[in-house]
Amino acid sequence: MTTQPYRLARGGRIDRAKRLRFSFNDRAYEGYRGDTLASALLANGVVLVGRGFKYHRPRGIMTAGSEEPNAIVQLGVGDRTEPNIRATQVELYDGLSAASINCWPSVEFDLGAVNGMMSRLFPAGFYYKTFMWPPSFWMKYEYFIRRMAGLGKAPDAPDPDRYDKTFAHCDVLVVGAGPAGLAAALAAGRAGARVILADEQAEPGGSLLASGETINGQPAAEWIAAALAELASMPDARVLARTTAFSYGDHNYVQMVERVADHLPPASSPGPRQRLWRVRAGQVVLAAGAIERPLVFADNDRPGIMLASAAATYVRRYAAAPGRRVLVFANNDGAYRDALALLDAGIGISAIVDPRPDPGAAIVAEIRRRGIEVLAGHVVAGTKGHGRVESAQVMKLDGDKVAGAARSIGCDAIAMSGGWNPTVHLFSQSGGKLRFDAARATFLPGAPVQAIRVAGAANGATSLQDCLREGHAAGAASAADAGAAGKAGDAPQAEPATPDEPAMPIWIVPSVKPVGEGGKHFIDHQNDVTAADLQLAVREGYSSVEHLKRYTTMGMGTDQGKTSNVNALALLAVTLGHEVGAVGTTTFRPPYTPVTVGAFAGHDQGDLLDPVRKTPLHGWHEIMGAPFENVGQWRRAWYYPKPGEDMHAAVGREAKAVRTGVGIVDASTLGKIDIQGPDAVELLNWVYTNAWNKLEIGRCRYGLMLGEDGMVMDDGVTTRLGENHYLMTTTTGNAARVLGWLENWLQCEWPHMRVYCTSVTEQWATVALNGPLARRLLAELTTDIELDPAKFPFLSFREGRVAAIPARIYRISFTGELSYEINVAPSHAVALWQALMAAGEKYAIVPYGTETMHVLRAEKGYIIVGQETDGTVTPHDLGMDWIVSKAKKDFIGKRSLARADTSRPDRKHLMGLLAENPSEVLPEGGQVVAEVKDRPPMAMIGHVTSSYFSPNAGRSIAMALIKNGRNRMGETVHVPAGERVIRATVTEPKFFDPEGKRLDG
Amino acid sequence: MKSRYSIFSLARNALHYHRDWDQAWRSPEPKAQYDVVIVGAGGHGLATAYYLAKEHGITNVAVLEKGWLGGGNTGRNTTVVRSNYLWDESAHLYEHSLKLWEGLSQDLNFNLMFSQRGLLALAHNQHELRELSRRVNAIRLNGIDSELMTVEQVKAFCPILDCSPGKRHPILGASLQRRGGTARHDAVAWGFARAADARGIDIIQNCEVTGFRMASGRVEGVETSRGFIGAGKVGVVVAGHASVLAGMAGLRLPIESHPLQALVTEPVKPVLHTVVMSSAVHVYVSQSDKGELVMGAGIDGYNSYAQRGSEPVVENLLNALIELFPIFSRLKLMRQWGGIVDVCPDASPIIGKTPVAGLYFNCGWGTGGFKATPGSGWVFAHTIAQDRPHRLNEAFTLERFGHGYLVDEHGAAGVAH
Ligand SMILES: Cc1cc2nc3c(=O)[nH]c(=O)nc-3n(C[C@H](O)[C@H](O)[C@H](O)COP(=O)(O)OP(=O)(O)OC[C@H]3O[C@@H](n4cnc5c(N)ncnc54)[C@H](O)[C@@H]3O)c2cc1C
Repeated sequence: MTTQPYRLARGGRIDRAKRLRFSFNDRAYEGYRGDTLASALLANGVVLVGRGFKYHRPRGIMTAGSEEPNAIVQLGVGDRTEPNIRATQVELYDGLSAASINCWPSVEFDLGAVNGMMSRLFPAGFYYKTFMWPPSFWMKYEYFIRRMAGLGKAPDAPDPDRYDKTFAHCDVLVVGAGPAGLAAALAAGRAGARVILADEQAEPGGSLLASGETINGQPAAEWIAAALAELASMPDARVLARTTAFSYGDHNYVQMVERVADHLPPASSPGPRQRLWRVRAGQVVLAAGAIERPLVFADNDRPGIMLASAAATYVRRYAAAPGRRVLVFANNDGAYRDALALLDAGIGISAIVDPRPDPGAAIVAEIRRRGIEVLAGHVVAGTKGHGRVESAQVMKLDGDKVAGAARSIGCDAIAMSGGWNPTVHLFSQSGGKLRFDAARATFLPGAPVQAIRVAGAANGATSLQDCLREGHAAGAASAADAGAAGKAGDAPQAEPATPDEPAMPIWIVPSVKPVGEGGKHFIDHQNDVTAADLQLAVREGYSSVEHLKRYTTMGMGTDQGKTSNVNALALLAVTLGHEVGAVGTTTFRPPYTPVTVGAFAGHDQGDLLDPVRKTPLHGWHEIMGAPFENVGQWRRAWYYPKPGEDMHAAVGREAKAVRTGVGIVDASTLGKIDIQGPDAVELLNWVYTNAWNKLEIGRCRYGLMLGEDGMVMDDGVTTRLGENHYLMTTTTGNAARVLGWLENWLQCEWPHMRVYCTSVTEQWATVALNGPLARRLLAELTTDIELDPAKFPFLSFREGRVAAIPARIYRISFTGELSYEINVAPSHAVALWQALMAAGEKYAIVPYGTETMHVLRAEKGYIIVGQETDGTVTPHDLGMDWIVSKAKKDFIGKRSLARADTSRPDRKHLMGLLAENPSEVLPEGGQVVAEVKDRPPMAMIGHVTSSYFSPNAGRSIAMALIKNGRNRMGETVHVPAGERVIRATVTEPKFFDPEGKRLDG
Repeated sequence: MKSRYSIFSLARNALHYHRDWDQAWRSPEPKAQYDVVIVGAGGHGLATAYYLAKEHGITNVAVLEKGWLGGGNTGRNTTVVRSNYLWDESAHLYEHSLKLWEGLSQDLNFNLMFSQRGLLALAHNQHELRELSRRVNAIRLNGIDSELMTVEQVKAFCPILDCSPGKRHPILGASLQRRGGTARHDAVAWGFARAADARGIDIIQNCEVTGFRMASGRVEGVETSRGFIGAGKVGVVVAGHASVLAGMAGLRLPIESHPLQALVTEPVKPVLHTVVMSSAVHVYVSQSDKGELVMGAGIDGYNSYAQRGSEPVVENLLNALIELFPIFSRLKLMRQWGGIVDVCPDASPIIGKTPVAGLYFNCGWGTGGFKATPGSGWVFAHTIAQDRPHRLNEAFTLERFGHGYLVDEHGAAGVAH
C-alpha cells in the first residue's frame, strides 16, 4: 500500500484519523474520510484515470465537481456495480473499489490508442461518410463500432438496492447551498416561509468549503455551521445535502435526487439507496453557482491539466496537491487567487501565463511579489508529456496568432481558467431565456417566466459580498411573494473586495500550426470533440447550433457539455464571424446530471408496478389450486383442475356441468357504475345505442356502447334500481375507461345534466349461478325472494337475502342457461360462496373459471368486447342490428354509422366457422383466406376471433370476422396455420341452443 | 456534382486536414417562384423533395423550414423502423418504405446506420397473445417477415429480459420482425438534404410559412417570414403543426397534437442487441451505436404544442423498463426530451390532396412516422407530381374520415413506434 505522497501535511476538511482503504484498477490505496475518490487519487499521485472516448488518449481529473468530463469510473463490482460515475462526486468509503473504463487491457497501456495515431481518418462525422460498401456489411462494421463505443458496463444481475420517492411542498426552494443559497434560505426562513435547501455536495457550503474568506467576521466554515444551526432551529426548513435538483417543469415542479446511502459501503445501510424528491415549490431561488471554463489550447487534455478552481479546491478542501510544480494559464484575476492558495500550501508555481497584455490588479502584484513569474500577453501554445503533463510551450500572443519562439516551461500540472459560466441549466429548463453578457463574456439568465429568482454566481456575481447580498434579497423577496410576512433580517457581510479587472475572452488559443494540423484543441473532453471538428462541421454546412452539436456529438456526453458548451457556442460564432451569443444556445435538457433509473421507479416495481386487483374470493380460488389469468388489472381464476386434469380436461368437465347441473363463477371483476340523478336516463340514451325510457324499475337491459366513430366500445347490462337510479355494468378491462368516458361527456359536453356516476366495482362481490339446477339450489338459501320465472323473469332484479346475507340478484345470463348473479358486500362473499357450495353439493355444483366462461358464451355466440371487436366493428357487423334504435333521434356514434363505409353491406361480419375436422381447433388470430396460394401474398378476408373445443356441441367451434360473411354462408374458407392450411365452413355464430330455450331452466 | 463519400475520399481528404470537403447543402436565398414548395424540412419533407427530383424530374423545388432542417420529430424520435402492420393498406405502405431503407445509405451516399437488428414485441397476457398471432399471421400472408416466439425462444434471443413466470406481467411470448431495427435519425435528414441539394433543390432554413396565397380554389404560393414565395404546387409536411398550417388554408384536420417523450441513458457497452417493445408494461427500448439505451412509451394525455411532456410519464416508463430489464436499474437517465406528434383518430397517416387545388398534405404519422420517411416521401412525391395518389397511399385520404373507411392501427401504435 502506497502512502499518500501528494497529501498536504495540513488543512483540508478531511478527517485524518479515519483512514479508508480503497482500490483503483486493482491497486490498493488509502485516503481519509472527507475525501472524494478524485481527491484521494490525487493525494496518491494517481493522475492518469481514464482514456478518451474516441482517440483513447490518457486523461486525468479535470474538475472537482459534477461537471467532470474525464474522470469517469466503473464503481463497485457484481450486482452493485455502476458505470460512468464521476470520481469527483464519489465520497470515499472503506473498501471502495473503482476502475477505469473504456480501455483495454489497462489504462496505462490501452490498445485503443491506435485510434489516436489514425485520428486524421476520424474527423467529426466520419462514420456518415464510410462503411457503406458492400451494402450488406454495415451490420459487421457496426458490431465493432458498438464494442468501441459505450463507456462503462451495465451490471449483469438485478439491482439489490431499494429506492424511495416522495413528494414535497414548500414556499421557497433554494437550489444550491453556497453563500448565495445559504443567505437566501436564511432570509426566507426568518421571514417565516417553509424552506427547502438542496445541494448536490456532501455538505452545504458550496465554494465556501474551499475558501479562506470571512463572513460576518467569522471564518467561512464557522459561518456555515452557524447558518445551518439557525436553519435547523426553524420550524419548517429542511436542508438536503447530496441532493441534486435535476429538472424544472411547469408550475415550479422540481425533481431532485437525494443520494441517501451512496457515501456508505454497499449494503451497510438499511434504508433506501436514493430518494426521488418531487417538489412543488411556490418560489424557487436558483443559487447553483458557476462552472469554470476550460481554455481551448493545443493538447489541453493531458493528465494534470485541470481547472484552476479545482486545483484550489483540492488543496484547500481536501489537502491534496494536484502537482508539485503547477503552471497557471488564465485570462482572469480569479485564477491568481487560486494560485495563491496553492502557494500558501507550499506548492510550487512554475509560472502564470496570462493572455492579457497588462494585468494590473493588486493580486497580480502580490503574486509577482512572491517571486512568481507572470507571463502577460502569453499563452500556452502546446503541452508535452505522456501519462502526465510535463511541460507547456508558452508563446507570445500576437492578435489571433502566436509569435516568437516557444519557451518550454516544466510543470506537472496546469491550472487553467477561461472565466466562468453561470449554472443556468434549471433556469433554462424553467422556460427562461438566456442572454449573452459581452462584458462578462458569459450567458446570464434573462427574464424569468416562472416564479424563479437567480442569485449569486449563477446570476453572474463574482464577489462573495455580491453573492451574499443577492442571495439574501432573493430569499427575502421569494418569501414575501409566497406570503410570509416576517422579517428577513440583514444580509450577511463579507469583507469588501476590490473589483477584478476584466477577463479577456479567448475562445481558441492559437498554436504554431493551424488548428487541426498539429496538436488537438479539445473542447468536449468526454466526447473527444476538437476545435478542428467544430470548424469542419461549419465548413460542411452544419453551422446551426443543433446541427453542430449533433454532427460532432459536442455536449452530448454524460457531462452534458457542462465544461464545453459555451466554448463551443463561442467558437462557432467566431468561426461564422458572428457576435458570441448571436448563434443561440442548445437546449438544456433534463436531467442536470444523470439520475439512476431505479430512483425514478422507487417502490413502483415488481408487484407494486401495477397493483394486482384480487376479488374477495381470491383466497378460495387459490386454495382450490386454480391457475390465474391477468385480465386488465385483475387476476381471475382461469379453471379449477382436479388432480391429473390439464386445462382441456378441466374446461370440458366444467362446461358440461354448467349445462347439465349448476356451475358457480366469480364475476366480481365486472365493472359496476352507480348512476343517479334525474338525467340518468338521458345519459343512458346518449351512451347506449338502444332506448332506455321504458325500462321499468327492477328490470335490466343489455346495452352496446359505441365510440364517436360508431365502433363498438363496450357492452354490459344496466339495471334500473329506482326512479332515478341505475347500475351499469361494464367489461372487466374497460371499467375505468367507461367511467372516464361518461365523466368526459358529462363534464365537457353536458355539464347541464343532473347525474352522478360512481364506481362501485369493489363495493359488490358478484357470484353467478348458472345451469338448469340453479333455481333449485338458490331456492334452498332464500326465503324472501320469489324465484318463480313468472314473478322473477329473465332480465329483472330483486333484493333479498341469500344464506341470510343481504343481496341483490340479477337474472341475466352470459351462458344462455338459467342464471342468477348474486351481489353481496365483499366481506360476505366467502360466506355466500361457501353456503352455495355446501348446499350445491347434492347437485354436484362445479366452480368454473374464465376459460369455461368463454367457451360457454362462444357456444351461444355471445361476443366479448376486445376479442370479437377491435375498434373497427359496428353493431351491424356483429349481427346486432336489433340493439340499435331506429327511433332515437341521436346517440353517440349514430352519425358515424350512416357513413358510406360503415353502412356498406359487405363489411366484415361476425360469423361462425366450423373446421372440416370437428376435433381440430382453429388457431385464434388465424387469418381467413378465400383462395389459397402457393406462397404469400394471399388476400385475407378476415380472422378467427374466438376458437375452442366445445364439449356441449361435441366439436370445435370458432367465431370469425369475415368480409361479406353473411353472403358466404356455407362457403368453404381456409385458415393457414403455420405449415398447414385448415379448411372450414362459414356458419351462423351460434353453436348451442340456437333458439335460446334454456334461459328459464 | 458533389464529391462522393467513401473510405477513399476520407483518406484523400485526411491528407489536406479535411479542408476540402464540400458543403453538405447550400443555404440559398429563396427564389420568387418554384414549381413545387415543400413546407417542413423534416425527413418526410426532404424525402419528398428528393424523390420529386429523382423519380419525377421535378427540380425547381424549395423546401422551407422554420428552424433548422431535421429539427422536428425527425431529430427527436427513437428511430424504430419496422413494417409489421396489421392492415393490408399499412403493411404495403410501410413495407415499401422498409424496402427503400434497405438500399438507402447507398442511394443517398450517406451512411444512415440502418441496422436491422430485429424488433421483438412482447405479449404479457392471453389477449395480447391472441392479438399478436393475428398480426403475425396477417403480416406473413402479406409476404412480410414476422414470426411468433415462445417465451423460451424470447429468453434465448434476448437473455437479459426477465422472463420469469411469477412476474406481475409475465412474458408469455413475442413476435419478431428480423428486418426491423433502427437508423440514425439525424443522418436521415442530412442524407436526404444533401442528396436533394445535389439535385438542385433549394433548402431554405429559418423560413417560416405564415399563410397561403390562394385564388379561385387554387394555391399560388406561400407567405413566409422571408416574404412571399410563389409555387405551382405546395406540399405540407409539418407533423405536429399540421393543424396549424391547415388552419391557414381554411381546412380542419381530424388531428390532435400531443407531446411524445423520449429519453436515453448514459452509454454502456453493448447489452441489448435488438429492439424490445411491450404494450402491457408500456415501454420500448433499443441500444444506440453510442451505447445509450433509447426509450419511449405512449403519448402524454394532454394536447399541447410545447415540446416537453409531464414528469410522471417518465417515471412510469422507467418503472416499466426495470420490470422488463431488472439489470438496468443502476443505469442512469442522461437526457430527456419531447416532440409534438400529430395523432389521427385511426392512428394512420393522411397523405394526399385537399379541397384546395395544388395543395397537398402529408401528416398524421403520429408516434410512428420515422420508419416511413423514405416511403412517405416517395408516395407524396408521386401524389404531387401526378396530382393523384399512388396505389400505395390511395387509402390514406382525408376523405376517409367522411366516408368511414379507416385504417385503424391503434394496436400498432399503443406503445410501438
Ligand atoms: C419522442 C418521439 C419518438 C418517436 N419514435 C419513433 C420511432 O421510434 N419510430 C418511428 O417510426 N417514428 C417515431 N416517432 C414519430 C416520427 O418522429 C415522426 O412521425 C416523423 O419523424 C415525422 O417526420 P416529419 O418529417 O413529418 O416531421 P418533422 O421532422 O417534425 O418535420 C416537420 C418540420 O416542419 C417544420 N415546420 C412546422 N411548421 C412550419 C412552418 N409554419 N413553416 C415551415 N416549417 C414548419 C418543423 O420545424 C419541422 O422541422 C417519434 C416521435 C417522437 C416525438
